[in-house]
Amino acid sequence: MRQCMQGKSHYHGKGDNEKMTVMIDTGNYIAAKAATMAHPDVVAAYPITPQTTLVEGIANYVKSGEFKGEYICVESEHSAMSACIGASATGVRTFTGTSSHGLLLMHEMLHWAALARLPIVMCNINRVVGPGWNIWTDENDSISQRDTGWLQFYCSSNQEIFDTIIQSFKLAENGKVSLPVMINYNAFILSHTSMPVDIPEQKEIDDFLPKYKPKWKLDVENPITFGNIILPAEYEKVRKDMQNSQENAKKLIPEIAKEWKKKFGRYHGDLIEKYNCDGAEYILLSMGAIGAESRVAINNLRKDGFKIGLARVRTFRPFPKEEILKLGKQGNLIVIDRNISVGSEGAVFSEVKAALYGKSDAKVYGFIAGLGGKDVTYNDIETICKKAVSGKAKDCEWYGLEGV
Amino acid sequence: MAIKDLPDTECVMPGSAACPGCPATIALRTTFKALGKNTIMVVPACCTSVIEGLHPNTSFDVPVMNIAFEAAAAGASGVKAALKQQGKDDITVLAWAGDGGTYDIGIQALSGALERQTDFIYICYNNQIYSNTGIQRSGATPYGAWTTTTVGGKTEFRKEMGEIIQAHHIPYAAQACVSYPEDLYNKVKKAKSIKGPKYIEIIAPCPPGWRFGMEKTVEMGTLAVETGAWALYEYENDVVTFNGKSKLLLEKKIEPKPIEDWIKLQGRFRHLFKPKRDVKRLKEIQEHTDMVWERYRKHHL
Repeated sequence: MRQCMQGKSHYHGKGDNEKMTVMIDTGNYIAAKAATMAHPDVVAAYPITPQTTLVEGIANYVKSGEFKGEYICVESEHSAMSACIGASATGVRTFTGTSSHGLLLMHEMLHWAALARLPIVMCNINRVVGPGWNIWTDENDSISQRDTGWLQFYCSSNQEIFDTIIQSFKLAENGKVSLPVMINYNAFILSHTSMPVDIPEQKEIDDFLPKYKPKWKLDVENPITFGNIILPAEYEKVRKDMQNSQENAKKLIPEIAKEWKKKFGRYHGDLIEKYNCDGAEYILLSMGAIGAESRVAINNLRKDGFKIGLARVRTFRPFPKEEILKLGKQGNLIVIDRNISVGSEGAVFSEVKAALYGKSDAKVYGFIAGLGGKDVTYNDIETICKKAVSGKAKDCEWYGLEGV
Repeated sequence: MAIKDLPDTECVMPGSAACPGCPATIALRTTFKALGKNTIMVVPACCTSVIEGLHPNTSFDVPVMNIAFEAAAAGASGVKAALKQQGKDDITVLAWAGDGGTYDIGIQALSGALERQTDFIYICYNNQIYSNTGIQRSGATPYGAWTTTTVGGKTEFRKEMGEIIQAHHIPYAAQACVSYPEDLYNKVKKAKSIKGPKYIEIIAPCPPGWRFGMEKTVEMGTLAVETGAWALYEYENDVVTFNGKSKLLLEKKIEPKPIEDWIKLQGRFRHLFKPKRDVKRLKEIQEHTDMVWERYRKHHL
């Protein structure tokens, strides 16, 4: 159905599992493969560009028999999330995918899923919000869902998409977390670009990801009412427990990544992925595909004698406060945001400064770049870094629109 | 079957947070006598989400999932899909929503679930207002009725939800009334026995919302049927069959009581009688009711 070949890709490491298939495909078809191999019992989804090939991919696996769950083609994203909530509350593994306006339509139910403590896993293909209509990438869709209680990953390659989806089920379903996970990746740059991806054997995935055992579920043998009226004092405890669970996730994400590395030989970082940070006096922070492009920029800048490294932020929630503080004690920080909290500044920029507040004297430079899907090349990233290192950058600049 | 012959099953336990004279609790008790305890219930925002009681207590003896206002039918789709995967297809999934959650904000999710042939029962208990939020206008509010958002009386006639449901050509739909529990019981029982999407709507006269005494709930339902403000029928295999007094009205074997007999007892229509009789609007309401029954006769006789 899709291009597949036996062999080893450049990702292939020294894991315990040597039997891999290399699948050369787009981010969305890779995500469909990962979701299918995680054996969700229910997928409920609604199409939106550029997520469509993800749901089409799953539909193909329904036809081929590889996907054995229930596939509900709902009439809106709001219903997609509502159906996932119903299914997850009944005690089964659930998956969905969306993008941009679809994610925004889900907003109410994103809160609901998190407050109901349901381990739903969802891919969000980062796409611009209209008007005007624009199907290219930026992160304003998922950044605006920051406070829903979902864990948020940002991927920088198709291999990372595959690995993060499988790992996310394990993370979400862990009783110490019991929260939904959103896996974000850039529209077209990843969703529609083919790359070689190592696909482990199904048995190895099954060993890594055992069947979901819910703590509670809708059960006629044990009738309980979920989500009825709750008084202020009790509700506050629910919120605190969610916060504790996000903190627990900070410990579990590295543990799961380590287990994955041991089994499959691949590692994409923990809450952040560090690259060339040894001896760095400046550290660049970015998310998603810009994070991958930044590696090239860092290599070039190092060649030119700049003492600079890269820390790619993989999880926006939980936010890697502790890791960023460590970086802030090492050097000055440069943040590229492919999002804007209008009236304030880039979202990662704000949070980085908050993480350092009162504990580090590091300078922090914020740059907004790549909104509306505007290309951000390694040349652009080098220019941004050089401006920051020169000390001439303002607090927060819009790359290409002013200054720089 | 007489009321005394209904099963002893009770899924609504004493101590609920319902108002005195609440029609929803009558409808719930009767519904669960037909469905039994092998049922999972999905409840959007509506009076029932209050009737359940305060966390960590509940007045329901079946598993209940509360869900957002517009999401009952979609949430129920997910529950049913999960049950299928668990090999528990025998469990009945009941979405239980008010008229606001059905006629207005929830109509999209409901239409989607019906079109997808979701195997569940959707029950709308219709008290013709947003009552949980304090008596605001809904798409089910009748013409002329006062609500807190239609202070001089509603200026539009209500939606015909039954006809919208029939356009989905589902295996079973019915209209019932809290005042006829045996009829409601039989309709729910039949819905339970049929695979696929089923829709039942129950007219539910609300004492504080309609402005009548709490002891008159049953009388207000009976009069709704006898005046033709509400019809009892079943829809099966694309055929609508009227039953009870509604059948006699359809066949003109009895005369409907004047609509005024029903509305004059409700404070929400008081402005049509005081300070002086609003002849024009009273005439419009009667004519509209007659027109609806002429349409029923044209299509279903």
